[in-house]
Parts: sequence; structure tokens; C-alpha cells
Amino acid sequence: MAEYRQILDRLYTHLRPMAPQGMTLEEDTDLISEFGLDSVNVMDLLLEVEEDFDISVPLNLLADIRTPKDLACAITRLLEAG
Amino acid sequence: MALFDKFNKLASERAELFPTGLSPFETRIEEVYSPTEARIGGRRVLLAGTNNYLGLTFAPECIEAAHKAIEREGTGTTGSRMANGSYGGHYALEAELGDFYRCNSVIVFSTGYLASLGLIGTLAGVQDIILLDADCHASIYDACRLSGAQIIRFRHNDVADLEKRLQRLKEHTDNTLIVVEGIYSMLGDRAPLAEIVAVKRHYGGYLVVDEAHSLGVLGEHGRGLSEEAGVATEVDFVLGTFSKSLGAVGGFLASNHPESEFLRYASRPYIFTASPSPSVIASTRAALQLLRDRPQLRERLWANATQLYRQLQALGYQLGPEPSPVVATLLGSRQQAVAFWQGLLEHGIYVNLVLPPAAPGGYTLVRCSVSAAHTPAQIDTICQAFADLQAILEQPDAPKPQGG
Repeated sequence: MAEYRQILDRLYTHLRPMAPQGMTLEEDTDLISEFGLDSVNVMDLLLEVEEDFDISVPLNLLADIRTPKDLACAITRLLEAG
Repeated sequence: MALFDKFNKLASERAELFPTGLSPFETRIEEVYSPTEARIGGRRVLLAGTNNYLGLTFAPECIEAAHKAIEREGTGTTGSRMANGSYGGHYALEAELGDFYRCNSVIVFSTGYLASLGLIGTLAGVQDIILLDADCHASIYDACRLSGAQIIRFRHNDVADLEKRLQRLKEHTDNTLIVVEGIYSMLGDRAPLAEIVAVKRHYGGYLVVDEAHSLGVLGEHGRGLSEEAGVATEVDFVLGTFSKSLGAVGGFLASNHPESEFLRYASRPYIFTASPSPSVIASTRAALQLLRDRPQLRERLWANATQLYRQLQALGYQLGPEPSPVVATLLGSRQQAVAFWQGLLEHGIYVNLVLPPAAPGGYTLVRCSVSAAHTPAQIDTICQAFADLQAILEQPDAPKPQGG
């Protein structure tokens, strides 16, 4: 799980600049309904994250990604799959 | 959550943005006088947001062809080509497009949207991969979803990013479709197609170019970006529409892969919808002939497009990255963009308002599309209205025009 924590921390560095005023980001923050991203923001976030981790994240996975935790888990799985 | 609750956010945004004024998304065009003039809100306006690039909607040849087709074959086909048969015009148009593109296989669809769905949504399946440019049109995104394929988005016009993603796919590029556009509809920029083709040549994959906004606009013969970039033989599939430079409605797929003919039997957007009406096919055929016979239309279009781009640039507006018949002016907040759009209409100029997420990169923009039918004086009139409205952008919370 150490790797999961590191991935989550790296995700936060991408997410924090997008945070609305006064919003604290948690593992379970809903990126759309709470954090205020729209579907295109999420896809654009993905472009940054993909570059950082040197992976391609298929858009098909987005249906199951609602929180930083979901995204970190998806990245962990993709990195493990190589 | 109740069924209609999902529209609550839309409803509140609409109420906030358009409390009393004209909503750009409910524009009523009361009368059309020509490819460049109409009446909207009781006012005669100059049309600068129509995609009518060659100005052929009132071409006498097209109108006459449509009239004759209605008299000869009636108003509609009342059925799909698969179940109810194709008319001679459908096949004739496919043959003429095949001759134009030097392609063995052309399939006509009822709209450009359906052509995207018909090709991408059918050809790619759950085992396949689609790499699409981030700024691709919604019809391409919808087609990707319909396909069930793995969908991977690359940064807009970033060939290095595309290359990285192809590298990651390794041997899977054999069943990968790369999708780009000739001219991107919102910012008016073109794909770096020669470089994209070079990457595809190296790593493999199949290339789709949607020439919706570039047919009749780019290339020596007006075939689009594939022709202009000199890579037509390396593009696997060309998608196009009749609803822009050809002044009608409908779409097509052109390819030299003989297997693409099977899409007629496999493509639900081809099979399960009514075929284009005889008059639509007839006017499209006449317009295609005019596109081929009159390169001067393209020259006129580009002179107008360059004039508009340069004059707005001189006023200090932030524009799309290159001159093109789509001239996008980037604005600040949604409220300012709406005020700017309404101001243009009050000055007698109709353009398109585009808000995020429809506009890429979080921009709000007003989008002009230029026509060969515009006169230089009309382009000056458009620019004068933009000059008069600069004050709107000087209010807080909008970027000031650069250099203006």
C-alpha cells in the first residue's frame, strides 16, 4: 500500500491547483459533485496524470472513477499491469 | 434522484446566463435572404456563423437540381437503404465522391454525425483501441463510446504525445484506430497531418481524418487536409459532411480498403435510419460539381478568412492559432461572452457562442465562420462591430485583448 500512498500524494499535486477556494481534498472527495470538476476537466486532469506516470488511462475507466482514491487505485493497477 | 433532477444544473445555469435576453442556443432565424443575410429578432443581420464555407446554399444550380429531384422522385425516400432500397442518386453521389477522392469505396450516410458513428462505432470493437485527439468533435467521442473499444485521448495536435501512446501499445497497434480532424471546428486549427502519418507509418495503426470543416476548404482540389498535406494515400478513412461546404445535410465515408464496403451490412447508423431525400442528394451532387469547377470559391473564402483574422488580430483580440475560415475569438467569463454575443447581434452580426465544455481548454469564445459569399465590405462590417464592442472586455474579470 506504500505505493498507493505515493501515487495518491502525486495525484494531490495535480489536483490542488484546481481546488476551489477553501476546499480541502480528501481521498474520498467526489471530483465532480464536491470538487467541482466537469467531465472535460477530468479528462484534462488525466492527460497530466498520464504524463507524470508515463501510462495511458483509457477513458472507459472514468465511469468508475469518482474520487482521488478511485483514480489512485486505477493507476496502481495500470502500473502493475505494465 | 428523480429522473429529471439531472437537468437541475442546466436549468440554473440557463437562468443565470440568460435571465431576459436572447439566448444564443434558441436563436430563431425568421427569414433567410442569402448565404450571408437573414432576419433574427426582427432585425436584418449579417450571418457569420453558418459553416456555409463556399456559400452554395443559394447556388441556382443546386436549387434547380433539388427542384427537379423533388418533381421526379418526391420529397423523401421514406426508408433505409438496406430495407427499402437505394435511389439512383445515392449511388451516383457515391461514385462521384469516389472519383473526387480517388477512392474505391464511398458510403453515404444521412448526416455527418451518423457517418462518424457508422465508421468508428462499427469498425472498432471491444478488443480494439482508439487514439483520438483531445479536441475531436462530440460525434467522434460518441462513436468511440458506441464502439466499446478502449478509448485513449492524446493532447491536441501533439504528435509527441500520440507517439508515446503508440509506443505504450506495442504490438497492439495492429488493431488501433487513430482519429484526427482536418480543421478543428472550435479554434479553426488544422492537424499536423504529415507528422501524424509519419508516426503511424512507423508504429502502425489505421488513420481516420474527419474532413467535415476542410472539404472544399483545403487542398489544391478542395479534398481537404489530406490533400493539402500530400498524404491522401496514407489516410485509411476520410469522413466528411454535406452540411458545410456543400450546403445540404448528410455525411460520407471514403476509403480504399475494399473491406470497408462491409460497413454497409454492419453499421447500424447506416441500416436503421432513413436515407437522404432525393432533393438533398441532388443539391449535394450539384454543389460537389461546383466545388470541383470553381477553385475561385476557395480563393475568395481564404481572402475573406485572412481579412477577418488579420483585422481582429489588429484590434488586439485573442484568436485561434492560425487564420482559417473558422475564426474563434477567446473571451473571459461566461457572462462576458454572452454579453459580447448579444452585443454583436444588436450590431447586426450573427456568430456562434461556445461555452465550456463544448469549447476546448476551458475557453469561452465567439466563433465566426467565413463564407466565400461574404464581400470584403461585409467582413469590414463584422470587424467594425468587434471594434465597437471592445468596451465589454474592459470590464473586470476578462482578459484584456493583447496589444489592443
